[in-house]
Amino acid sequence: MKPASFEYIRIDSAEEACALLAEHGDEARILAGGQSLVTVLNMRLAQPKRLLDISRTKPLDYVRIAGGKLAIGAAATQASVEWREHLAREVPVLALAFPNISHFQIRNRGTVCGSVAHADPSAELPLCLALLDGEVVLRSRRGARVLQAGDFFQGMLMTARKPDELVEEVRYPLASAGTGYAFEEFSSRHGDFAIVACAAAVNGDGIRLAVGGVADRPRVIALPRLGGNALDDALNDFAWELEARDDPHASASYRRHLVRQIGRRVIEQAGRAIPSAGGH
Amino acid sequence: MNRLEQSQQHLVTVTLNGVTRSGRAESRTLLSDFLRHELGATGTHVGCEHGVCGACTVRIDGIAARACLTLSVQVDGRRVDTVEGLADRDGVLNDLQQAFRRNHALQCGFCTAGILNSCTDFLQRVPLPTEQQVRDMLSGHLCRCTGYTPIVAAVLEVAAARQTQPKETTDA
Repeated sequence: MKPASFEYIRIDSAEEACALLAEHGDEARILAGGQSLVTVLNMRLAQPKRLLDISRTKPLDYVRIAGGKLAIGAAATQASVEWREHLAREVPVLALAFPNISHFQIRNRGTVCGSVAHADPSAELPLCLALLDGEVVLRSRRGARVLQAGDFFQGMLMTARKPDELVEEVRYPLASAGTGYAFEEFSSRHGDFAIVACAAAVNGDGIRLAVGGVADRPRVIALPRLGGNALDDALNDFAWELEARDDPHASASYRRHLVRQIGRRVIEQAGRAIPSAGGH
Repeated sequence: MNRLEQSQQHLVTVTLNGVTRSGRAESRTLLSDFLRHELGATGTHVGCEHGVCGACTVRIDGIAARACLTLSVQVDGRRVDTVEGLADRDGVLNDLQQAFRRNHALQCGFCTAGILNSCTDFLQRVPLPTEQQVRDMLSGHLCRCTGYTPIVAAVLEVAAARQTQPKETTDA
């Protein structure tokens, strides 16, 4: 349970990281919080030649509101977002999701961008980004490009990031007026990987439901404001669309069951969470 | 930029429990191994080595974190606090440790060092937590002896006691 040897490079700026990624590509890995990567290194599931440590890269350690979004730099920890005084008002679904993400001690070092870049299909931060159709900023020596969450996540641990690109920033849209949000997941123990995680945003126009832990990436469906049997039917159709598979943690049919049950619950919770007009 | 070649020994300096300490480490050396093998600070325990059990939890610049998921070269120049730093210089246990003893919040003690570090950080941020908040925080630690009930009791007890004590203002 010790990592194989690697060259360690402490990075001072995004430009430096991009120069090294351009030079080494897949042979270099960005080390941010290390809460997934060092685990993988310890188990020798990955043996990169170089680690580019951005955990102390000051210019990438920021969380700020810009252009109606919460912009989170690559070195910002999950804790630095979770403990924001007004997070529940700024991005309500993130405030609801954070307590489910692993544990306090892990969120202290784990980064938001790192979780998004890792793209675990059961991870909460990619799920919330997909729900809100947030953005991922990818920087390389060729310049920066901004992808919507739906285009960034491509499969199990697979994203649209090119080997020479750094996930420089992710942007979660701020709460929109008249919209309620909810999040719930089911796992064997608190802090374990979610077997199924659901997040919903509901307003007068309709429903957005994001589901993690079932398909190879977080998946989102937009529905009209359904209720009763019509909602159950829509959720059942969506559950089957996700092509759940049996694995040691849960059967495919159990996962579909959870999508139907938790999906309905978060939609109803989000409906109740819609701020009343004129309220504060 | 600071490049540290692989398979070579590098000098790592930390402020360990208030004292400047240096040792040699490869770039791949985990902080848990650096503390135990290089600095001889064996109070930090090593369990699962993949971030699950919580036994190796230390505080880096005051923040509770897994030493097994941190490279020693990452903490060069930083403050690291471990269980050895909790008691005072005469070995008198601090209030949290005493609460653990009163409540039988440990049996074999293997998990205790990590739990004490988590609680130290957590109680600074949440001085008067609910039982549920304490249980959520403790979910990051595996204890196979106590069933957690006495640990929760100890944490709640010390949180309540700190509320009634006047804040110390000594600059010692």
